Amino acid sequence: MTSRYTPTAIALHWLIALGIAGSFALGLYMHELPLSPTKLKLYSWHKWAGVTLFVLALLRLGWRITHPAPPLPAHMPAALRKASHVTHWLLYALMFAIPLSGWLMSSALGFQTVWFGVLPLPDLVPKDKALGDALRAVHEVLNFTLLALVGVHTAAALKHHFIDRDTVLTRMLPRGARS
Amino acid sequence: MIRALATASLTAALLLGGNAHAIEYTQVDTAASTLGFRYTQMGVTLDGRFRQFTATLAYDPTRPDAARTVFEVPIAGIDTGAEEGNAEVKGKDWFNLAAHPLARFESTAVTVRAPNRLDVTGTLTIKGRSRTVTLPVEVDTSAQRVRFKGSLALRRADYAIGEGDWAAEDIVAGNVQVDVVLVATPAGKP
Repeated sequence: MTSRYTPTAIALHWLIALGIAGSFALGLYMHELPLSPTKLKLYSWHKWAGVTLFVLALLRLGWRITHPAPPLPAHMPAALRKASHVTHWLLYALMFAIPLSGWLMSSALGFQTVWFGVLPLPDLVPKDKALGDALRAVHEVLNFTLLALVGVHTAAALKHHFIDRDTVLTRMLPRGARS
Repeated sequence: MIRALATASLTAALLLGGNAHAIEYTQVDTAASTLGFRYTQMGVTLDGRFRQFTATLAYDPTRPDAARTVFEVPIAGIDTGAEEGNAEVKGKDWFNLAAHPLARFESTAVTVRAPNRLDVTGTLTIKGRSRTVTLPVEVDTSAQRVRFKGSLALRRADYAIGEGDWAAEDIVAGNVQVDVVLVATPAGKP
């Protein structure tokens, strides 16, 4: 049983993966839109999703620290183990840094974040257009870094499954989905 | 001796009182006066303002109910808090700047609600739509200047501010709060 992730870890992984994919696509789509009620709505949804993902990432980090990941397969060379750890911790770092940069950017541009229109988050930085534009650039760079890392992460998982034919992918799949 | 002093100070007080009668505040200090508004979109409160406006005032503290004021506000000076918003609100659905470049408020009646508290009633015209509104106003008077602070809760639909797609109030709320501060100095003492 130690060869699989816990059901909680699996649920959090896929929930966050889905959330990231959705928010990323929404972010790409909405920022080009001309100003409209729909745009304002989508921006709010994107921000709510970002705060939600931040909270889920916190839960996930807490779970991960208290429930170590199953060991990597014995056949993996040291360099790949190292690469795997670095990628995973970078993914964790981005799961926090991206919503954080979005929140700060929003504050700097003068739009407070109110989670689900109900819970106002404090503005940690003052309204400052130059800072807002800089944070927008940071938010964008971090997101495309995440996209590249997710690409590496996915490619590695598929390589483990189809080339190495080990359990690295299936141990993160929900039980019913195992082949 | 004591009686003489008392008489002198009483006389002085009456004279000063008589002097205060003559003060009329008419010079609006535009640099110290502000016209802001507060609106809500998707549950987020945002502050905007009008960068320029002109106002006239006639205010005698001994006859507050005779006070008069007129505001003229060029819509072109609007700052919604975001560049994208500033461009948008000048369009037809919002203020329709091309057809209605000015908003205007002209007082018609002032009543004293309590000491230093007035109700200023007047006609507010925005985007060619006129409504009678009443602003509760706080007054802070000194010999050098008078400061009025008032707030008005208005419904943007009353003035057709935000038509078409923007008319729905679930995204940009229907209520807007306008906050005004008017500072003026006595006539002849700018």
